[in-house]
Amino acid sequence: MSLTIAAQDAAPQQTWLEKLGPGHIVLAVALVLYPLVASDFFLTQIGGYSLIFGMLALSLMMLAGYGGMVSLAQITVAGIAAYAIAILGNNNSNVLGFGWPWWLAAPFAVLAAAVASALIGWISVRTEGIYTIMITLAIATATYYFAQQNYAIFNGHSGYAGIHAPSFWGVNWRDPKAFYYLCLGFAVLSYAAILYGARSTFGLTLQAIRDNPRRMRALGYDVTAHKVFAWFLAGIIAGLAGVLLVWFNGRVSPGTIGVDAAIDVLIIAVIGGLRHPIGPFFGALVVVLMQTFAIDIVGAERFNTLIGLVFLVIVFVSPDGILGLWGRIKPHLAQESLRSGP
Amino acid sequence: MTESFAADRLQSSGAYALELDGVAHHFGALVALSGINMRIAAGERRAVLGSNGAGKTTLFNAVTGDFLPTAGRIRFFGEDITDLPPHERIRRGLRRTYQISQLFKGLSVLDSIFLACRGVSRRRFSLLRPKATDVNRVQAESILNAVHLEARRDALVATLSHGQQRQLEIALALAGAPRFILFDEPAAGLSPAERRDLVAILNGLPKHIGYVIIEHDLDVALRVSEYVSMMHNGHLFKEGTPQEIEADPEVQEIYLGGKHG
Repeated sequence: MSLTIAAQDAAPQQTWLEKLGPGHIVLAVALVLYPLVASDFFLTQIGGYSLIFGMLALSLMMLAGYGGMVSLAQITVAGIAAYAIAILGNNNSNVLGFGWPWWLAAPFAVLAAAVASALIGWISVRTEGIYTIMITLAIATATYYFAQQNYAIFNGHSGYAGIHAPSFWGVNWRDPKAFYYLCLGFAVLSYAAILYGARSTFGLTLQAIRDNPRRMRALGYDVTAHKVFAWFLAGIIAGLAGVLLVWFNGRVSPGTIGVDAAIDVLIIAVIGGLRHPIGPFFGALVVVLMQTFAIDIVGAERFNTLIGLVFLVIVFVSPDGILGLWGRIKPHLAQESLRSGP
Repeated sequence: MTESFAADRLQSSGAYALELDGVAHHFGALVALSGINMRIAAGERRAVLGSNGAGKTTLFNAVTGDFLPTAGRIRFFGEDITDLPPHERIRRGLRRTYQISQLFKGLSVLDSIFLACRGVSRRRFSLLRPKATDVNRVQAESILNAVHLEARRDALVATLSHGQQRQLEIALALAGAPRFILFDEPAAGLSPAERRDLVAILNGLPKHIGYVIIEHDLDVALRVSEYVSMMHNGHLFKEGTPQEIEADPEVQEIYLGGKHG
């Protein structure tokens, strides 16, 4: 009791650096300095991609970790933002392309993704557990086939190409360094928002609904409305990731939102761990590294086998993913340093 | 008998808290509740007794809307709430506790009570962290003290003892100016000392807050209630003061097993 009081009294005197903690500071310095040592390939294909897929998995982590709702439709939500950028802005596929400037198209694309996410949530919150997974998988699959067969809006199998990342402040944001920092900026923003929001009133309501929806109703909460709002917020993060993805690739097609991509997002979240919002980013880094280099190690035919094996090993050794592994190793390291001390 | 007692009570309080007209609940062919008529005045403290399967908890579920009744109407302070979802009933001042604790195992004790206060207040969707001076936070701290959980303020609910979980269960029902509370076996699994604390908490509630309590322990039930309703096989079959119920031969045969006779 006296300990908690002491901690509270000390809290206002903490500087913001102390509040941030050594882990965050080391990570922030490493991420900011990364472009000094990384090649263009490592900046975009590894750095940018990990941050984008980390954001996608983060939106899943928010729904699954805090809300208890496992979604396989996060890539679908990102895809809606990506298609919206192609349709509202410019593309060279001679279909649609309203020519909106990026600063108008991007917010609208994110909003469209968030609204679509809320709609998917509204459909799926009537279900629980494995049925939520099934219904979101059905929505993801249906959207994929619809995009492939619809030419009026999605331009069918070929989708849209020739989409350009914006240039402003004298910077072309598709350049490797600029694009990396753009991804880093939005990833940090999303991560900080989740970290802060987990202790907000809404964050608490979401975790309480995960633990006991019946009791939340008996405390005066409209559980369905809270779940749908959580989907809307997760949709904003997935939508941002979708905008970055289409700016980077310069194109979007049904393949972008296929079922294998949907499953990738789930694998990333599970490998990283759902306990803390940093987990999805570690998971994304591991999976992107494997997807990039497994071909060189085991050949093009077997690289999915390697990814599958790593997934199995991590889930067997630590159900909480990489975060859980770290949680187990850390106490041992602390003991080692105590022994080696004076 | 019911009508006259409730009518007396009505003189002092001015309204019925709860009126049930022909409330029934069928699970398929099983009749869990049948033709329940009840009038409970505001501020009244009523015990509902009956053996397992008598329909007591089903009655609570019908009133709070956890399960909608198959027939009948329910009025809360004069307003027909039969078709309202549970959260709308709670916002009108109804509260309940559960026979088996329904808590948030991943949250701290204080956060749980804070959510109970915020649930009947504004800014339920706020994306900001509540400040220490937030009105609902201040309310939560005072409820925390009222149920003697201040030592476990920041503990995770999953780490609480059974007795502490029962205390938190009551704390959640006391949050946010309740007008009427349904207690479902609050003494279940409590030690004799904890039962005495429970009786003290119930008797210490503000006089304007009425409640219905389901309780198997007659020592608790008869000491915290002014009036008793007996249920059997989904029916309401006898009502009276605690003294009348204790002395009734029929009640003793069915429920008390003749131990007082």
